[in-house]
Amino acid sequence: MNESPWVALRYLFCALVLIGLFFVFPILDSLRLSFFRLILAFPWLGEKFVGLENYRDLFTDPIAFKALLTTLVFVAVTTSLEVTFGLGIALVLNETFRGRGLLRALVLIPWAIPTVVSSQMWRFIFNDQYGVLNAFLPDALKASYGAPLADPELAPIAIMIAEVWKTTSFAALIILAGLQSIPDELYEAGSIDGMSSWQQFRNITLPLVKPALLLALLFRTIDALRVFDLVFVMTQGGPADATNVIQYYGYKKIFAEGMVGYGSAVAVGIFIVSLVLSLLYIRTVGARLLEAEAK
Amino acid sequence: MTARLRLLLLSLLIGGVSLLPFLWFVLTSFKAPAEITAIPPRLIPSFDWSAYSSAISKYGLLNYMKNSALVAIATTALALVVAAPASYALVRFRLPWGRACLMLFLAVSMFPQIAIAGPVWQILNALELLNTFSGLIAVYVALSLPLAVWILATFFNELPLEIEEAAQVDGFSRRQILTRVVLPMAAPGLFTAAILIFIHAWNEFFFALLIMTNPDRQTLPVGIALFPGEYTMPWGEIAAASTMATLPLIALTLLFQRRIVRGLAAGAVKG
Repeated sequence: MNESPWVALRYLFCALVLIGLFFVFPILDSLRLSFFRLILAFPWLGEKFVGLENYRDLFTDPIAFKALLTTLVFVAVTTSLEVTFGLGIALVLNETFRGRGLLRALVLIPWAIPTVVSSQMWRFIFNDQYGVLNAFLPDALKASYGAPLADPELAPIAIMIAEVWKTTSFAALIILAGLQSIPDELYEAGSIDGMSSWQQFRNITLPLVKPALLLALLFRTIDALRVFDLVFVMTQGGPADATNVIQYYGYKKIFAEGMVGYGSAVAVGIFIVSLVLSLLYIRTVGARLLEAEAK
Repeated sequence: MTARLRLLLLSLLIGGVSLLPFLWFVLTSFKAPAEITAIPPRLIPSFDWSAYSSAISKYGLLNYMKNSALVAIATTALALVVAAPASYALVRFRLPWGRACLMLFLAVSMFPQIAIAGPVWQILNALELLNTFSGLIAVYVALSLPLAVWILATFFNELPLEIEEAAQVDGFSRRQILTRVVLPMAAPGLFTAAILIFIHAWNEFFFALLIMTNPDRQTLPVGIALFPGEYTMPWGEIAAASTMATLPLIALTLLFQRRIVRGLAAGAVKG
Protein backbone atom coordinates (compact mmCIF):
# COMPACT_ATOMS: atom_id res chain seq x y z
CA MET A 1 0.00 0.00 0.00
CA ASN A 2 1.65 3.20 -1.15
CA GLU A 3 0.99 6.50 0.47
CA SER A 4 2.29 9.91 -0.37
CA PRO A 5 5.18 11.00 1.84
CA TRP A 6 3.02 13.80 3.22
CA VAL A 7 0.41 11.42 4.58
CA ALA A 8 3.15 9.29 6.10
CA LEU A 9 4.69 12.35 7.66
CA ARG A 10 1.40 13.11 9.38
CA TYR A 11 1.40 9.69 11.01
CA LEU A 12 5.01 10.05 12.06
CA PHE A 13 5.03 13.74 12.92
CA CYS A 14 4.77 13.62 16.73
CA ALA A 15 7.20 10.74 17.03
CA LEU A 16 9.79 12.41 14.83
CA VAL A 17 9.46 15.74 16.64
CA LEU A 18 9.97 14.09 20.03
CA ILE A 19 12.89 11.97 18.85
CA GLY A 20 14.43 15.01 17.20
CA LEU A 21 13.93 17.29 20.19
CA PHE A 22 15.01 14.89 22.94
CA PHE A 23 17.56 12.66 21.21
CA VAL A 24 18.96 14.00 17.94
CA PHE A 25 19.29 17.68 18.84
CA PRO A 26 20.71 16.98 22.32
CA ILE A 27 23.41 14.64 21.07
CA LEU A 28 24.49 17.19 18.44
CA ASP A 29 24.38 19.97 21.01
CA SER A 30 26.50 17.93 23.44
CA LEU A 31 29.03 17.54 20.64
CA ARG A 32 29.00 21.30 19.99
CA LEU A 33 29.32 22.17 23.69
CA SER A 34 32.30 19.84 24.03
CA PHE A 35 34.32 22.33 21.95
CA PHE A 36 33.49 25.21 24.28
CA ARG A 37 34.48 26.32 27.73
CA LEU A 38 31.29 26.91 29.65
CA ILE A 39 31.29 26.88 33.45
CA LEU A 40 27.98 27.64 35.11
CA ALA A 41 29.66 28.84 38.30
CA PHE A 42 31.54 31.53 36.32
CA PRO A 43 28.88 32.89 33.96
CA TRP A 44 30.95 35.98 33.22
CA LEU A 45 33.47 33.81 31.34
CA GLY A 46 30.73 33.15 28.79
CA GLU A 47 30.82 30.44 26.18
CA LYS A 48 34.29 30.41 24.68
CA PHE A 49 35.33 28.21 21.76
CA VAL A 50 38.39 26.22 22.84
CA GLY A 51 38.67 23.66 20.05
CA LEU A 52 39.93 20.30 21.23
CA GLU A 53 41.13 21.52 24.61
CA ASN A 54 38.40 19.67 26.55
CA TYR A 55 39.38 16.45 24.81
CA ARG A 56 43.05 17.05 25.56
CA ASP A 57 42.08 17.50 29.21
CA LEU A 58 39.93 14.39 29.07
CA PHE A 59 42.80 12.24 27.83
CA THR A 60 45.07 13.45 30.61
CA ASP A 61 42.40 13.35 33.35
CA PRO A 62 43.40 10.51 35.70
CA ILE A 63 39.94 10.40 37.32
CA ALA A 64 38.21 10.06 33.94
CA PHE A 65 40.61 7.29 32.98
CA LYS A 66 39.99 5.51 36.26
CA ALA A 67 36.24 5.94 35.79
CA LEU A 68 36.46 4.36 32.34
CA LEU A 69 38.47 1.47 33.73
CA THR A 70 36.06 1.00 36.66
CA THR A 71 33.13 0.99 34.24
CA LEU A 72 34.71 -1.48 31.83
CA VAL A 73 35.55 -3.86 34.66
CA PHE A 74 31.99 -3.47 35.97
CA VAL A 75 30.55 -4.20 32.52
CA ALA A 76 32.81 -7.17 31.83
CA VAL A 77 32.24 -8.85 35.20
CA THR A 78 28.50 -8.23 35.51
CA THR A 79 27.52 -9.10 31.95
CA SER A 80 29.47 -12.34 31.90
CA LEU A 81 28.00 -13.39 35.26
CA GLU A 82 24.51 -12.40 34.14
CA VAL A 83 24.70 -14.41 30.93
CA THR A 84 26.17 -17.43 32.75
CA PHE A 85 23.57 -17.38 35.55
CA GLY A 86 20.90 -16.43 33.02
CA LEU A 87 21.68 -19.51 30.96
CA GLY A 88 21.48 -21.67 34.10
CA ILE A 89 18.14 -20.20 35.10
CA ALA A 90 16.80 -20.48 31.54
CA LEU A 91 17.82 -24.15 31.39
CA VAL A 92 15.90 -24.83 34.61
CA LEU A 93 12.87 -22.86 33.43
CA ASN A 94 12.92 -24.72 30.12
CA GLU A 95 12.30 -28.05 31.91
CA THR A 96 8.73 -29.11 32.56
CA PHE A 97 7.98 -29.53 36.25
CA ARG A 98 5.33 -28.58 38.73
CA GLY A 99 5.81 -25.07 40.09
CA ARG A 100 7.57 -23.82 36.97
CA GLY A 101 5.14 -20.90 36.66
CA LEU A 102 5.81 -19.93 40.25
CA LEU A 103 9.56 -20.09 39.73
CA ARG A 104 9.31 -17.92 36.64
CA ALA A 105 7.27 -15.39 38.62
CA LEU A 106 9.93 -15.36 41.37
CA VAL A 107 12.69 -14.86 38.81
CA LEU A 108 10.82 -11.83 37.46
CA ILE A 109 10.75 -10.12 40.87
CA PRO A 110 14.24 -8.59 40.72
CA TRP A 111 13.47 -7.38 37.19
CA ALA A 112 10.25 -5.66 38.35
CA ILE A 113 11.83 -3.86 41.31
CA PRO A 114 12.84 -0.24 40.60
CA THR A 115 16.63 0.05 40.51
CA VAL A 116 16.56 2.74 43.17
CA VAL A 117 14.68 0.35 45.49
CA SER A 118 17.04 -2.56 44.89
CA SER A 119 19.96 -0.18 45.47
CA GLN A 120 18.59 0.94 48.85
CA MET A 121 17.87 -2.71 49.65
CA TRP A 122 21.47 -3.79 49.01
CA ARG A 123 22.76 -0.74 50.80
CA PHE A 124 20.81 -1.89 53.84
CA ILE A 125 22.03 -5.48 53.48
CA PHE A 126 25.63 -4.23 53.30
CA ASN A 127 25.12 -1.78 56.17
CA ASP A 128 27.98 -2.00 58.65
CA GLN A 129 25.84 -1.87 61.81
CA TYR A 130 22.45 -3.44 61.07
CA GLY A 131 23.28 -5.15 57.79
CA VAL A 132 22.15 -8.74 57.56
CA LEU A 133 25.33 -9.66 55.71
CA ASN A 134 27.61 -8.89 58.63
CA ALA A 135 25.22 -10.59 61.05
CA PHE A 136 25.29 -13.84 59.09
CA LEU A 137 29.00 -13.85 58.44
CA PRO A 138 30.47 -17.02 59.94
CA ASP A 139 32.62 -16.53 63.03
CA ALA A 140 35.80 -17.34 61.14
CA LEU A 141 35.22 -14.28 58.97
CA LYS A 142 34.18 -12.00 61.81
CA ALA A 143 37.60 -10.37 61.54
CA SER A 144 36.58 -8.91 58.21
CA TYR A 145 33.32 -7.66 59.74
CA GLY A 146 33.10 -4.20 58.37
CA ALA A 147 31.51 -1.67 56.08
CA PRO A 148 31.76 -3.08 52.57
CA LEU A 149 30.45 0.11 50.97
CA ALA A 150 33.13 2.18 52.70
CA ASP A 151 35.94 -0.12 51.59
CA PRO A 152 37.51 0.82 48.23
CA GLU A 153 38.15 -2.84 47.44
CA LEU A 154 34.78 -4.22 48.48
CA ALA A 155 32.51 -1.41 47.26
CA PRO A 156 32.91 -2.25 43.54
CA ILE A 157 32.13 -5.88 44.33
CA ALA A 158 29.05 -4.81 46.29
CA ILE A 159 27.62 -2.79 43.40
CA MET A 160 28.36 -5.67 41.03
CA ILE A 161 26.41 -8.05 43.26
CA ALA A 162 23.49 -5.62 43.32
CA GLU A 163 23.60 -5.25 39.53
CA VAL A 164 23.82 -8.98 38.82
CA TRP A 165 20.97 -9.74 41.23
CA LYS A 166 18.74 -7.17 39.56
CA THR A 167 19.37 -7.86 35.90
CA THR A 168 20.13 -11.58 35.57
CA SER A 169 16.36 -12.15 35.15
CA PHE A 170 16.38 -10.15 31.95
CA ALA A 171 19.23 -12.19 30.50
CA ALA A 172 17.46 -15.37 31.59
CA LEU A 173 14.25 -14.37 29.78
CA ILE A 174 16.03 -13.60 26.52
CA ILE A 175 17.96 -16.86 26.71
CA LEU A 176 14.79 -18.77 27.61
CA ALA A 177 13.10 -17.45 24.45
CA GLY A 178 16.09 -18.74 22.51
CA LEU A 179 15.94 -22.17 24.20
CA GLN A 180 12.24 -22.51 23.46
CA SER A 181 12.84 -22.07 19.76
CA ILE A 182 15.03 -25.20 19.62
CA PRO A 183 12.88 -28.02 18.19
CA ASP A 184 12.39 -31.05 20.47
CA GLU A 185 13.10 -33.37 17.55
CA LEU A 186 16.78 -32.50 17.74
CA TYR A 187 17.00 -33.77 21.32
CA GLU A 188 15.03 -36.88 20.41
CA ALA A 189 17.44 -37.55 17.56
CA GLY A 190 20.31 -36.92 19.96
CA SER A 191 18.96 -39.48 22.44
CA ILE A 192 18.52 -42.06 19.71
CA ASP A 193 22.13 -41.52 18.69
CA GLY A 194 23.09 -42.23 22.28
CA MET A 195 24.29 -38.76 23.23
CA SER A 196 24.62 -38.11 26.94
CA SER A 197 22.82 -35.07 28.31
CA TRP A 198 26.14 -33.25 28.51
CA GLN A 199 26.84 -34.06 24.86
CA GLN A 200 23.35 -32.86 23.93
CA PHE A 201 24.03 -29.62 25.77
CA ARG A 202 27.41 -29.16 24.08
CA ASN A 203 26.36 -30.16 20.57
CA ILE A 204 22.71 -29.10 20.33
CA THR A 205 21.77 -26.54 22.95
CA LEU A 206 24.88 -24.39 23.05
CA PRO A 207 25.30 -23.78 19.30
CA LEU A 208 21.59 -23.09 18.79
CA VAL A 209 21.21 -20.80 21.81
CA LYS A 210 24.31 -18.82 20.88
CA PRO A 211 22.43 -16.00 19.09
CA ALA A 212 20.24 -15.50 22.17
CA LEU A 213 23.32 -15.51 24.43
CA LEU A 214 24.99 -12.92 22.25
CA LEU A 215 21.85 -10.82 22.21
CA ALA A 216 21.52 -10.94 26.00
CA LEU A 217 25.21 -10.06 26.30
CA LEU A 218 24.89 -7.05 24.01
CA PHE A 219 21.69 -5.79 25.61
CA ARG A 220 23.22 -6.07 29.04
CA THR A 221 26.51 -4.49 27.93
CA ILE A 222 24.78 -1.40 26.56
CA ASP A 223 22.70 -1.12 29.70
CA ALA A 224 25.55 -1.76 32.14
CA LEU A 225 27.63 0.97 30.48
CA ARG A 226 24.93 3.41 31.59
CA VAL A 227 24.98 2.32 35.24
CA PHE A 228 24.01 5.30 37.39
CA ASP A 229 21.13 4.70 39.83
CA LEU A 230 23.02 2.00 41.73
CA VAL A 231 26.09 4.14 42.22
CA PHE A 232 24.12 7.26 43.07
CA VAL A 233 22.23 5.49 45.84
CA MET A 234 24.77 3.02 47.17
CA THR A 235 28.13 4.80 47.11
CA GLN A 236 27.92 8.25 45.44
CA GLY A 237 30.95 7.16 43.42
CA GLY A 238 33.04 6.56 46.52
CA PRO A 239 34.94 5.55 48.53
CA ALA A 240 37.94 7.29 46.96
CA ASP A 241 36.36 7.11 43.48
CA ALA A 242 36.36 3.30 43.66
CA THR A 243 32.85 3.15 42.15
CA ASN A 244 32.98 6.39 40.17
CA VAL A 245 31.59 5.05 36.88
CA ILE A 246 31.65 7.16 33.71
CA GLN A 247 28.01 8.14 33.64
CA TYR A 248 28.21 9.24 37.28
CA TYR A 249 31.40 11.18 36.55
CA GLY A 250 29.75 12.97 33.63
CA TYR A 251 26.71 13.76 35.75
CA LYS A 252 28.89 15.25 38.47
CA LYS A 253 30.89 17.35 36.03
CA ILE A 254 27.85 18.82 34.26
CA PHE A 255 25.23 19.06 36.99
CA ALA A 256 27.09 19.24 40.30
CA GLU A 257 30.17 21.22 39.19
CA GLY A 258 28.54 23.04 36.26
CA MET A 259 31.48 22.28 33.96
CA VAL A 260 29.22 22.10 30.93
CA GLY A 261 31.94 22.19 28.28
CA TYR A 262 34.24 19.62 29.84
CA GLY A 263 31.31 17.50 31.02
CA SER A 264 30.01 17.44 27.45
CA ALA A 265 33.36 16.10 26.28
CA VAL A 266 33.01 13.35 28.91
CA ALA A 267 29.45 12.70 27.66
CA VAL A 268 30.61 12.50 24.05
CA GLY A 269 33.34 10.07 25.10
CA ILE A 270 30.75 7.85 26.80
CA PHE A 271 28.58 8.13 23.71
CA ILE A 272 31.40 6.96 21.45
CA VAL A 273 32.19 3.97 23.68
CA SER A 274 28.56 2.86 23.62
CA LEU A 275 28.17 3.68 19.91
CA VAL A 276 30.81 1.13 19.02
CA LEU A 277 28.87 -1.49 20.97
CA SER A 278 25.51 -0.33 19.57
CA LEU A 279 26.73 -0.74 16.00
CA LEU A 280 27.67 -4.29 16.79
CA TYR A 281 24.20 -4.76 18.29
CA ILE A 282 22.35 -3.23 15.34
CA ARG A 283 24.30 -5.43 12.94
CA THR A 284 23.08 -8.56 14.71
CA VAL A 285 19.55 -7.56 15.74
CA GLY A 286 18.83 -5.02 13.01
CA ALA A 287 19.44 -7.59 10.29
CA ARG A 288 16.65 -9.70 11.74
CA LEU A 289 14.31 -6.74 12.01
CA LEU A 290 14.80 -6.09 8.30
CA GLU A 291 14.16 -9.73 7.48
CA ALA A 292 10.87 -9.61 9.36
CA GLU A 293 9.98 -6.42 7.55
CA ALA A 294 10.68 -7.88 4.13
CA LYS A 295 8.35 -10.83 4.76
CA MET B 1 21.44 -37.57 42.93
CA THR B 2 18.48 -38.00 40.66
CA ALA B 3 17.65 -35.42 38.00
CA ARG B 4 14.38 -34.56 39.79
CA LEU B 5 16.13 -33.79 43.05
CA ARG B 6 18.76 -31.71 41.28
CA LEU B 7 16.03 -29.72 39.55
CA LEU B 8 14.24 -29.17 42.86
CA LEU B 9 17.40 -27.94 44.59
CA LEU B 10 18.27 -25.62 41.71
CA SER B 11 14.72 -24.24 41.69
CA LEU B 12 14.90 -23.60 45.42
CA LEU B 13 18.25 -21.86 45.02
CA ILE B 14 17.07 -19.68 42.12
CA GLY B 15 13.74 -18.84 43.78
CA GLY B 16 15.41 -18.13 47.11
CA VAL B 17 18.07 -15.82 45.71
CA SER B 18 15.41 -13.97 43.67
CA LEU B 19 12.99 -13.53 46.52
CA LEU B 20 14.83 -13.44 49.85
CA PRO B 21 16.76 -10.15 49.64
CA PHE B 22 13.61 -8.24 48.81
CA LEU B 23 11.54 -10.18 51.32
CA TRP B 24 14.05 -9.12 53.96
CA PHE B 25 13.49 -5.48 53.02
CA VAL B 26 9.69 -5.93 53.14
CA LEU B 27 9.99 -7.53 56.59
CA THR B 28 12.14 -4.61 57.70
CA SER B 29 9.32 -2.23 56.81
CA PHE B 30 7.11 -3.99 59.37
CA LYS B 31 9.56 -3.61 62.23
CA ALA B 32 9.51 -1.16 65.08
CA PRO B 33 12.58 1.14 65.12
CA ALA B 34 14.24 -0.82 67.93
CA GLU B 35 13.89 -4.08 65.97
CA ILE B 36 15.58 -2.62 62.89
CA THR B 37 18.70 -1.72 64.84
CA ALA B 38 18.72 -4.95 66.85
CA ILE B 39 21.96 -6.94 66.72
CA PRO B 40 21.75 -9.72 65.69
CA PRO B 41 18.87 -8.84 63.33
CA ARG B 42 15.43 -10.21 64.18
CA LEU B 43 13.98 -12.29 61.39
CA ILE B 44 10.31 -12.05 62.25
CA PRO B 45 8.97 -8.52 62.62
CA SER B 46 6.31 -7.55 65.14
CA PHE B 47 4.19 -6.16 62.27
CA ASP B 48 4.46 -2.66 63.53
CA TRP B 49 3.07 -0.13 61.04
CA SER B 50 4.93 2.87 62.43
CA ALA B 51 7.39 2.97 59.52
CA TYR B 52 4.47 3.36 57.11
CA SER B 53 2.67 6.01 59.11
CA SER B 54 5.91 7.93 59.58
CA ALA B 55 6.80 7.62 55.87
CA ILE B 56 3.37 9.02 55.03
CA SER B 57 3.14 11.77 57.63
CA LYS B 58 6.78 12.88 57.85
CA TYR B 59 8.15 12.11 54.40
CA GLY B 60 5.11 12.61 52.14
CA LEU B 61 5.07 9.09 50.75
CA LEU B 62 1.55 9.42 49.38
CA ASN B 63 2.47 12.54 47.47
CA TYR B 64 5.41 10.76 45.80
CA MET B 65 3.09 7.90 44.90
CA LYS B 66 0.53 10.29 43.45
CA ASN B 67 3.22 12.02 41.35
CA SER B 68 4.59 8.70 40.13
CA ALA B 69 1.14 7.40 39.22
CA LEU B 70 0.29 10.60 37.34
CA VAL B 71 3.55 10.64 35.40
CA ALA B 72 3.54 6.91 34.60
CA ILE B 73 -0.11 6.80 33.48
CA ALA B 74 0.15 9.97 31.35
CA THR B 75 3.40 8.74 29.80
CA THR B 76 1.87 5.37 28.94
CA ALA B 77 -1.23 6.87 27.32
CA LEU B 78 0.63 9.53 25.34
CA ALA B 79 3.40 7.21 24.22
CA LEU B 80 0.83 4.80 22.76
CA VAL B 81 -1.05 7.62 21.02
CA VAL B 82 2.18 8.83 19.43
CA ALA B 83 3.69 5.41 18.71
CA ALA B 84 0.65 3.66 17.21
CA PRO B 85 0.27 5.76 14.03
CA ALA B 86 4.05 6.02 13.68
CA SER B 87 4.56 2.24 13.86
CA TYR B 88 1.65 1.66 11.52
CA ALA B 89 3.07 4.02 8.92
CA LEU B 90 6.52 2.45 9.24
CA VAL B 91 5.20 -1.09 8.80
CA ARG B 92 2.52 -0.59 6.13
CA PHE B 93 3.30 2.46 4.02
CA ARG B 94 6.35 1.14 2.14
CA LEU B 95 8.27 4.33 2.75
CA PRO B 96 11.66 4.67 1.08
CA TRP B 97 13.08 6.01 4.34
CA GLY B 98 11.01 3.74 6.61
CA ARG B 99 13.92 1.43 7.22
CA ALA B 100 16.24 4.31 8.10
CA CYS B 101 13.58 5.57 10.47
CA LEU B 102 13.33 2.23 12.29
CA MET B 103 17.12 2.16 12.54
CA LEU B 104 17.11 5.68 14.00
CA PHE B 105 14.61 4.61 16.66
CA LEU B 106 16.73 1.58 17.45
CA ALA B 107 19.90 3.65 17.65
CA VAL B 108 18.58 6.39 19.93
CA SER B 109 17.32 3.82 22.43
CA MET B 110 20.95 2.99 23.10
CA PHE B 111 22.13 6.51 23.87
CA PRO B 112 23.64 6.80 27.34
CA GLN B 113 21.45 9.28 29.25
CA ILE B 114 24.37 11.56 30.07
CA ALA B 115 25.06 12.12 26.36
CA ILE B 116 21.75 13.97 26.02
CA ALA B 117 21.11 15.11 29.60
CA GLY B 118 22.68 18.59 29.48
CA PRO B 119 20.87 19.80 26.33
CA VAL B 120 17.60 18.15 27.43
CA TRP B 121 17.84 20.14 30.65
CA GLN B 122 18.55 23.32 28.63
CA ILE B 123 15.54 22.71 26.35
CA LEU B 124 13.19 22.24 29.28
CA ASN B 125 14.70 25.27 30.95
CA ALA B 126 14.13 27.38 27.83
CA LEU B 127 10.53 26.15 27.58
CA GLU B 128 10.05 26.78 31.33
CA LEU B 129 9.17 23.13 31.79
CA LEU B 130 11.66 22.28 34.54
CA ASN B 131 9.86 21.14 37.69
CA THR B 132 6.64 20.56 35.78
CA PHE B 133 4.84 17.30 35.14
CA SER B 134 4.45 18.26 31.46
CA GLY B 135 8.22 18.53 31.10
CA LEU B 136 8.96 15.20 32.73
CA ILE B 137 6.16 13.46 30.83
CA ALA B 138 7.36 14.90 27.49
CA VAL B 139 10.84 13.49 28.11
CA TYR B 140 9.44 10.13 29.24
CA VAL B 141 7.21 9.85 26.15
CA ALA B 142 10.28 10.45 23.98
CA LEU B 143 12.30 7.90 25.98
CA SER B 144 9.50 5.30 25.64
CA LEU B 145 9.03 5.74 21.90
CA PRO B 146 11.77 3.41 20.67
CA LEU B 147 10.43 0.52 22.77
CA ALA B 148 6.78 1.31 21.97
CA VAL B 149 7.38 1.63 18.23
CA TRP B 150 9.43 -1.53 18.22
CA ILE B 151 6.81 -3.64 19.99
CA LEU B 152 3.87 -2.21 18.03
CA ALA B 153 5.68 -2.58 14.70
CA THR B 154 6.31 -6.24 15.51
CA PHE B 155 2.63 -6.80 16.33
CA PHE B 156 1.28 -4.81 13.33
CA ASN B 157 3.60 -6.73 11.06
CA GLU B 158 2.05 -10.02 12.11
CA LEU B 159 -1.53 -8.94 11.38
CA PRO B 160 -2.98 -10.42 8.17
CA LEU B 161 -2.81 -7.84 5.42
CA GLU B 162 -5.95 -9.25 3.73
CA ILE B 163 -8.27 -7.85 6.40
CA GLU B 164 -6.90 -4.35 5.92
CA GLU B 165 -7.19 -4.69 2.15
CA ALA B 166 -10.80 -5.86 2.50
CA ALA B 167 -11.54 -2.84 4.70
CA GLN B 168 -10.01 -0.62 2.05
CA VAL B 169 -12.28 -2.19 -0.61
CA ASP B 170 -15.22 -1.52 1.69
CA GLY B 171 -14.36 2.15 1.51
CA PHE B 172 -12.65 2.62 4.87
CA SER B 173 -10.23 5.53 4.96
CA ARG B 174 -6.66 5.01 6.11
CA ARG B 175 -7.45 6.44 9.50
CA GLN B 176 -10.55 4.26 9.89
CA ILE B 177 -8.53 1.18 9.00
CA LEU B 178 -6.04 2.06 11.72
CA THR B 179 -8.53 2.95 14.45
CA ARG B 180 -11.32 0.44 13.70
CA VAL B 181 -9.49 -2.54 12.23
CA VAL B 182 -5.81 -2.57 13.10
CA LEU B 183 -5.81 -1.25 16.67
CA PRO B 184 -8.55 -3.61 17.91
CA MET B 185 -6.72 -6.55 16.38
CA ALA B 186 -3.42 -5.41 17.85
CA ALA B 187 -4.93 -4.89 21.32
CA PRO B 188 -2.63 -7.48 22.94
CA GLY B 189 0.37 -5.66 21.50
CA LEU B 190 -0.89 -2.30 22.76
CA PHE B 191 -1.42 -3.80 26.16
CA THR B 192 2.03 -5.37 26.28
CA ALA B 193 3.64 -2.09 25.23
CA ALA B 194 1.56 -0.25 27.84
CA ILE B 195 2.78 -2.48 30.68
CA LEU B 196 6.42 -2.11 29.71
CA ILE B 197 6.16 1.68 29.25
CA PHE B 198 4.38 2.03 32.59
CA ILE B 199 7.04 0.01 34.41
CA HIS B 200 9.81 2.04 32.78
CA ALA B 201 8.19 5.38 33.63
CA TRP B 202 7.47 4.29 37.20
CA ASN B 203 11.10 3.24 37.71
CA GLU B 204 12.97 5.97 35.85
CA PHE B 205 15.39 7.87 38.05
CA PHE B 206 18.05 9.77 36.10
CA PHE B 207 15.88 12.32 34.31
CA ALA B 208 13.44 12.58 37.20
CA LEU B 209 16.41 13.58 39.38
CA LEU B 210 17.51 16.30 36.94
CA ILE B 211 14.10 17.69 36.03
CA MET B 212 12.28 17.63 39.37
CA THR B 213 14.16 19.52 42.06
CA ASN B 214 11.00 20.65 43.81
CA PRO B 215 10.26 17.95 46.47
CA ASP B 216 6.50 18.41 46.02
CA ARG B 217 6.70 17.21 42.44
CA GLN B 218 9.32 14.48 42.75
CA THR B 219 8.50 10.89 41.83
CA LEU B 220 8.96 7.85 44.07
CA PRO B 221 12.43 6.78 42.87
CA VAL B 222 13.79 10.28 43.51
CA GLY B 223 12.06 10.40 46.89
CA ILE B 224 13.48 7.02 47.84
CA ALA B 225 17.00 7.82 46.61
CA LEU B 226 17.12 11.17 48.42
CA PHE B 227 15.48 10.03 51.66
CA PRO B 228 16.81 12.49 54.19
CA GLY B 229 18.57 11.17 57.26
CA GLU B 230 19.80 13.51 59.94
CA TYR B 231 22.10 11.28 62.00
CA THR B 232 21.03 7.78 61.05
CA MET B 233 19.27 6.59 57.94
CA PRO B 234 15.52 6.08 58.51
CA TRP B 235 15.70 2.48 57.26
CA GLY B 236 12.19 1.56 58.34
CA GLU B 237 10.70 4.42 56.34
CA ILE B 238 12.93 3.72 53.33
CA ALA B 239 11.87 0.07 53.40
CA ALA B 240 8.21 1.09 53.72
CA ALA B 241 8.45 3.49 50.77
CA SER B 242 10.34 0.86 48.76
CA THR B 243 7.68 -1.73 49.46
CA MET B 244 4.94 0.66 48.40
CA ALA B 245 6.87 1.57 45.24
CA THR B 246 7.40 -2.05 44.30
CA LEU B 247 4.06 -3.66 45.11
CA PRO B 248 2.19 -2.26 42.08
CA LEU B 249 4.96 -3.52 39.82
CA ILE B 250 5.08 -6.97 41.37
CA ALA B 251 1.30 -7.18 41.05
CA LEU B 252 1.52 -6.17 37.38
CA THR B 253 4.34 -8.60 36.76
CA LEU B 254 2.61 -11.55 38.39
CA LEU B 255 -0.70 -10.83 36.64
CA PHE B 256 0.77 -10.37 33.21
CA GLN B 257 4.00 -12.36 33.32
CA ARG B 258 3.32 -14.24 30.09
CA ARG B 259 2.61 -11.02 28.26
CA ILE B 260 5.71 -9.31 29.66
CA VAL B 261 7.93 -12.23 28.75
CA ARG B 262 6.48 -12.26 25.25
CA GLY B 263 6.81 -8.46 24.95
CA LEU B 264 10.46 -8.53 25.95
CA ALA B 265 11.01 -11.38 23.54
CA ALA B 266 9.20 -9.47 20.77
CA GLY B 267 11.40 -6.50 21.42
CA ALA B 268 14.55 -8.50 21.70
CA VAL B 269 14.55 -11.82 19.94
CA LYS B 270 11.87 -11.70 17.30
CA GLY B 271 12.55 -8.05 16.54
